[in-house]
Amino acid sequence: MADKKTITIAIMDAPYESGRSTTTLRLIDLAAKRGYNINVFAYEGAVLQPFSAQKPHPNTVHGRSVEEENHFIPKDAIASLMQAAEKNGGKIDWVNCGLCVDERGAVDAIPGVRRGSPADFWTMAEASDNTLVIATR
Amino acid sequence: MPRYLLIESRDPYDSNDTGFCRDLATQLAAEKNEVTLFLVQNGVLPARSGARSGDLTKLAGSGVRVLADSFSLKERGIDEKRLAAGIAAAPLDVVLDALAEGAKVIWH
Repeated sequence: MADKKTITIAIMDAPYESGRSTTTLRLIDLAAKRGYNINVFAYEGAVLQPFSAQKPHPNTVHGRSVEEENHFIPKDAIASLMQAAEKNGGKIDWVNCGLCVDERGAVDAIPGVRRGSPADFWTMAEASDNTLVIATR
Repeated sequence: MPRYLLIESRDPYDSNDTGFCRDLATQLAAEKNEVTLFLVQNGVLPARSGARSGDLTKLAGSGVRVLADSFSLKERGIDEKRLAAGIAAAPLDVVLDALAEGAKVIWH
């Protein structure tokens, strides 16, 4: 693909805490649909985005079962995005900051996520067409 | 001509620093750069024609393209037809296009 691009995105927000997580996943989704290569550097609480122990839950207050609640699970969304990127000829390289992982006990991530450091962010940014840092407030 | 895309995710009702993007956009446009301000998440709230939309309309009049994320507008029940003068609804693709085309993209 002649116009295939590589984009790096850095995120710092933990799941369920900010609209920034939603916007980040929307951007990755668009890039995956275009067949771009997408590098993601997850820093601080964002290392919990692909945490494999996430589980859906029922909503007992409103009397809804797990299926009815259909709770959004970030790690499943990320896994789907990885599949979509590959299907469209691209790839998502998701790097979790190792020290951030250790601090939070978030060692178990979904397949396709690797451990790294801010040096990986630098390397990915250097090799990309462009980089977007989505910082916390 | 250098291109800039400034992404404003904050709203003036909750944050007292939304002037950062407006000021930066104004200065960049004054120096003959191509500048777009893209409002996203709660950043779209002042796009409604009302008390806080004047700064954005003024910004649009100074040569900055001011866009509001369609999805964020819909999430908040804001009708695209009721945006303040100078502001247009646009998809998030605008951000990805800018990244792909090598624009300088800054998140706030």
